[in-house]
Amino acid sequence: MILFIALPIISAFVQSLFIQHEQVLIVSQNCGPFGCSEVTSIDFEKTIKLRQDAPLGKYNGINTYLNRSHLAFAEVGNAWSASETLVDFFNEVFNLPLYGALAFTLTYTAVVTPLVLILGFAIAIGVNGLPNIMKGPSIFVSLLPHLVTPLVGSLILFWMVDGDGIIGATIKLIFNDPDLSLKASTALTWTMLIVYGIWHTLPFSFIVFYAGLQTVPFETLEAALIDGATKWQRTIYVVIPHLVPLISFVTIMLLMDNFRVFEPIVSFSAEAHARSLSWIIYNDLRESGNPLYGSAGATSILTIIGIAFLLLPVLIRTWQDFKLKGH
Amino acid sequence: MFLKKLILSVATGCLLSSVAFATDCGPSGQSIRILASDFPAIHAVAGTAEKNCSSSASEFTRNHTTEARQIMNAALTPNPAEYTSVIVANSTLTQLMNDDLVRPLNDLVQKYGSNLPDNLMITVDGNVMAVAFMANSQHLFSRKDILEKAGIKSIPSTYNQVIDAAEAIRKAGIMKYPIVMNMKTGWNVGESFNLIFVAHGGEFFKPGTAEPSVNTAEGIAALKMLKALSEYAHPDHLTQASNETQAIWEAGDAALGIMWGTRGSVILDNEGSSEQVTSNTILSSAPTVKPGGIPGATLWWDGFTISKNVPDSEAEATFAALISALNSDMVAANNDDAIWLLEGFKPGAAAEGVSATAAGGAPPYPMLPQIGLLHNALGTELVDFLKGDESAEKALADVEAAYVTAAKEKGFLQ
Repeated sequence: MILFIALPIISAFVQSLFIQHEQVLIVSQNCGPFGCSEVTSIDFEKTIKLRQDAPLGKYNGINTYLNRSHLAFAEVGNAWSASETLVDFFNEVFNLPLYGALAFTLTYTAVVTPLVLILGFAIAIGVNGLPNIMKGPSIFVSLLPHLVTPLVGSLILFWMVDGDGIIGATIKLIFNDPDLSLKASTALTWTMLIVYGIWHTLPFSFIVFYAGLQTVPFETLEAALIDGATKWQRTIYVVIPHLVPLISFVTIMLLMDNFRVFEPIVSFSAEAHARSLSWIIYNDLRESGNPLYGSAGATSILTIIGIAFLLLPVLIRTWQDFKLKGH
Repeated sequence: MFLKKLILSVATGCLLSSVAFATDCGPSGQSIRILASDFPAIHAVAGTAEKNCSSSASEFTRNHTTEARQIMNAALTPNPAEYTSVIVANSTLTQLMNDDLVRPLNDLVQKYGSNLPDNLMITVDGNVMAVAFMANSQHLFSRKDILEKAGIKSIPSTYNQVIDAAEAIRKAGIMKYPIVMNMKTGWNVGESFNLIFVAHGGEFFKPGTAEPSVNTAEGIAALKMLKALSEYAHPDHLTQASNETQAIWEAGDAALGIMWGTRGSVILDNEGSSEQVTSNTILSSAPTVKPGGIPGATLWWDGFTISKNVPDSEAEATFAALISALNSDMVAANNDDAIWLLEGFKPGAAAEGVSATAAGGAPPYPMLPQIGLLHNALGTELVDFLKGDESAEKALADVEAAYVTAAKEKGFLQ
């Protein structure tokens, strides 16, 4: 626990408190195949001395958390005093990187999680009711989306929804609109990512619920049957209460999974319309050539806090169940 | 022509001494380890170096990966470094120099590279930091047949002519989206802005500082021009980079393109496209804002560096091996793979666009330590304007704010 969980989190947290030392800039003469020009460059000798004196960087406290790329309190405050309507205010806030990403991440989590829970349960009940000979193949087929690597699965889907791809072309035909593009509108991009998310995580909830269904005591079901309960009533009053611990477990897993949505955004090239917290971390670490470790660390810590908030209700519930059983 | 002059000056220099140096591999028994990007021209240079000098080296390895830029700083930091040489471009050299990971090459150039002309030496304050061997830039691709069908007599040379031609093609009902540009969110859309920004005479930073200056009259004009062009690009343009735009062009679905020069030979060859497309594709200078103005392009070079954290003898052997590849035989064998800056290069149709763009005075991509941060901010913040969600002024203000936040963290601004 300490080695694999606590230490990395502490390290990310410590990193997020520091920023890089001042870069000592000098003007130099720069020549190449296309001529010479005066440019600024880093005076490395002066800069390295600063670095050696304090290798972690310059202590910045929680300022990285408060800057425009993160919580941006100052910018949010300005937006509040500058905007006349609430709509203006929210437009302004969601234009900030962290809040914009949070909007998509939370929407994605809030839509995908319940749908995957309900659909997964429905499929599990359906498969459980099949004749024995059909069960094996149906389980295998239902698990397939989960076997595809997210990056690859979404890339395949990305090509299929292209204007010339099979899904994209079909949708154009159905709506009779040759300009319809799933990649060009924010609403359709979000829908596409959410549908992909449901498709990809459904097998997980299905297989857990299916396993749970095998443990429902046969005697209780039979007693309910004798009491005249319909199939629907048996599901609601016998099966679901029995599966509550499993439902909590699946909910926790799904919340954690969905909150860190990332691969489909990259594969779908959806950065223009949808960015998630994980995508921000990726962008900080990768895109600018020289990584922004402090910024990425701060976003990581904020992500962890976000997940903790989301999980709190479920964890409290599980804890109460656990205490009830203990007594 | 710019390229011809460049090549001529190289040629005269090489005639004097190329034979003597062709097989000089420097100290023998050394380990040579090259990290490079993954495209044919780079394979040609590193491969020739390996052919020439692997027999005299104790070890000769090449790692060609598109991820070179991501791993090179980490790979060169330890002593001894993982690689003795990294093959870089304008923007990636600064990334290595920011951490002081490459060595000045003046003495090695004197010993092995005296046959190469001075302008291939990338010098910073008199120190040679890299040796360039090929050039690249963006420029205009046009379909002659489609322009003629739409009643456009000449190849467009300004942005407004490009837009007028696109409108004429759309009006004639030939194509609804005749323009292709690399507009994928991130690096590509940032670079597309840069092109039009430099064409408007914009400067990325206030002189001598790391303060941004993109939210200016030039920046707003450039961004509006980019938007005007993108109205004629396929609605999916924010997901399209070089591979996608090349495919659209080869499929014959576009008539005007702003793409990389290195795509020229790939488009003009007889693979992946039809005779009608290849025979009618004209490569010309990147468009300008006013006739005769600065072409909207950034010039790039590719060249090699030598690691700082390796023994001098390994550095010398690596340098000698790579220099041995920069000769007319290598160029003759790989003539169409790149716009070579070396002796023996015969600029064909595929080189015309880059050549005209360079001759028109397009500036090189800025070699500034903080440019990566600004480029990244452009890549992520401009799309809000291009999608139509906010004004050009607001988008550029967001760019500057995002850049300032990142630059403060990296210590460029206080």
